[in-house]
Amino acid sequence: MLRRNDESMLTSRLSFEHLPKAEAIARSPFKGGYQMTLKSLMLGACSTLALASVAQAQSTTLTIATVNNGDMIRMQSLTDDFTSKNPDIQLQWVTLEENVLRERVTTDIATKGGQYDVMTIGNYEVPIWAKQGWLLPLDNLGDNYKVDDLLPSIRSGLTYEGKLYAAPFYGESAMIMYRTDLFEKAGLTMPEDPSWEFIADAARKITDRDNNISGICLRGKAGWGENMAFLTALTNSFGGRWFDENWQPQFDQPEWKEALQFYVDLMKDAGPSGASSNGFNENLTLFQQGQCGMWMDATVAASFVSDPDNSTVADKVGYAIFPSKEGVDNNGNWLWSWNLAVPAGSSKAEAAQKFIAWATSQEYTELVADKEGWAAVPPGTRTSLYENEEYLKEPFAQPTLNAIQAANITEPSVKPVPYTGGQFVAIPEFQGLGTTVGQLFSAALAGQSSVDDALAQAQQVSVREMTRAGYIK
Amino acid sequence: MARAASTSQKIAWTVVAWAVAFVIFFPILYTVITSFKTEPEAIAGINLIPSGTLKSYIDVQTQRDYWRPFTNSVIISLGSTLLALLIAVPAAWSMAFSPTRRTKDILMWMLSTKMMPAAAVLVPIYLLFRDFGLLDSRIGLTLMLTLINLPIVVWMLYTYFREIPGEILEAARMDGASLWNEIIHVLTPMAVPGIASTMLLNIILAWNEAFWTIRLTTTNAAPLTAFIASFSSPQGLFWAKLSAASTMAIAPILIMGWFSQRQLVRGLTFGAVK
Repeated sequence: MLRRNDESMLTSRLSFEHLPKAEAIARSPFKGGYQMTLKSLMLGACSTLALASVAQAQSTTLTIATVNNGDMIRMQSLTDDFTSKNPDIQLQWVTLEENVLRERVTTDIATKGGQYDVMTIGNYEVPIWAKQGWLLPLDNLGDNYKVDDLLPSIRSGLTYEGKLYAAPFYGESAMIMYRTDLFEKAGLTMPEDPSWEFIADAARKITDRDNNISGICLRGKAGWGENMAFLTALTNSFGGRWFDENWQPQFDQPEWKEALQFYVDLMKDAGPSGASSNGFNENLTLFQQGQCGMWMDATVAASFVSDPDNSTVADKVGYAIFPSKEGVDNNGNWLWSWNLAVPAGSSKAEAAQKFIAWATSQEYTELVADKEGWAAVPPGTRTSLYENEEYLKEPFAQPTLNAIQAANITEPSVKPVPYTGGQFVAIPEFQGLGTTVGQLFSAALAGQSSVDDALAQAQQVSVREMTRAGYIK
Repeated sequence: MARAASTSQKIAWTVVAWAVAFVIFFPILYTVITSFKTEPEAIAGINLIPSGTLKSYIDVQTQRDYWRPFTNSVIISLGSTLLALLIAVPAAWSMAFSPTRRTKDILMWMLSTKMMPAAAVLVPIYLLFRDFGLLDSRIGLTLMLTLINLPIVVWMLYTYFREIPGEILEAARMDGASLWNEIIHVLTPMAVPGIASTMLLNIILAWNEAFWTIRLTTTNAAPLTAFIASFSSPQGLFWAKLSAASTMAIAPILIMGWFSQRQLVRGLTFGAVK
């Protein structure tokens, strides 16, 4: 190879010999001629690069990570509105299953991989990630962004040390959805603020095993975001808490025993068969097929059960606030929101905030209402939405607002706690711990262990985990 | 040792074989059946007769682009397979025909890299990919899949090559064949079935690889595994759509496997009977 190169150089040198000197020099690869060409080439390349970077500056592509749910899919189909207002910003979407998304985004953000410019995260992550320095504060949402219009309970969950770290796309609490026809048939009236005692009684009355109707459907599938979301809210409403002020787990306290026993007994008497493997989707299907008298779950379920295309009971659904125990002033404090945030690794923070401002704005809700009707508007983030006459015509609008307003995640229990979070505890260890405890309680529901055993084991693993994580000194 | 089997025994074994095959195939069959159901039907419980709706397929295609992930899948599975063969054929050849004292150890060591859980090296690999600018790139993913499947490819090829009697090669050498002639005219024709089945199996493995392909990509290089993953939903029904997406994702590889099953079976059982 070397030799061949040398030869070709020689040939080129030789071939210049017949030319006048100046010209030979100009063409000679060794005497500046080629250098000049090279220089001009490089200049050209530089200017092309400069042009390209100008073009790049003009067109920013945002990568948005999101979960697959109806509201998010709808947003993806409406982004023309955003790109027509911001022709310099292109959007591309990464849609993943919730747990994969969480893991994927965590890896990227912890390694500062910079793969995402906007991501969808829950209010569980926001304070934890903000504390880690993984999120950029949203201080550039624009003058038109009405931040004070955000529902206070939602906004407080996304604020860390006085700064907003994520903007809510939709918010939800939990409430009761019940069959008005079955209540009427049983001679029952849902009170304005139902107690668990009433619910238990009503569920047993409505249950009609012959006609495949269970009085109550509740989550039983193990997971921190599955059965533990419900059971944590239930125990909150029974006056219990996960940890005391010194981070001591409280599963050995009477409130947990009372709440879990109540849940297991009620589900045995009035729940569907195989309840220990039912999560949101399974209960949704049972309710839509008319097999549940009552269902307590996320408020977003209301838009599904009242949808005549998929629900056989669409016109027979009533709504009421999450129950409380007699003598305890607490409705569970369930509060969840899916939010848009900018990871610290993103180099396109400005464009990302522009997008977030668009997607979580009041104008966006109006856009959705205009295209698909008010029922399709992402709920639970803005006060103005609940002042809108048109929106309030939707039967689930007011109950949803009531539920969200009743939730206070800074004081989830009547007893003092060292943590925030309603149906979860906002510490990084909760995902693992919550799921382990969820498996124990799911087994108790399935009858594989007693309530006492499940609680004793839950206490044991929690003490071990919290000691290891350094909460308990 | 051939032994006469009675007809009843033959029938019994045939039934057992079919039953086992059906059990293994059932999840795929049920995925296809579910893809033709409505969402409430899909979640309602085991039901082998779908209502035959195509709604899920329509939804899947209107919600997401199929062709980009499909192209990515084709490029990375073919690319990684060819790259792996390029490295593995000489490696396996040398180990099979000029083994040293350490050959067995090297083979074991290569296989041992498959024993580590992938999640254990996620962060280091992610950091390397970030620093080399390979995140969300087809080249990065092709390299990754090559490396993941290389031990298996070397092992398979090594097993096939070992079946080729060294004497034939020696005979060729005696007749004055050069190294290249030996490889091209003697070794290759005998090794082709083995290489072909290794290639097919490797394409299938690469096509179905879901851990790294989801974790190292975002949009540009995301293959069909990421396409399937995007249809799972925390709130709302998605089984039918997920099944439709899965059916569309596995269809190409299923068809390819169908047409090449003779080679596949031959390759996989090669050397099984001595």
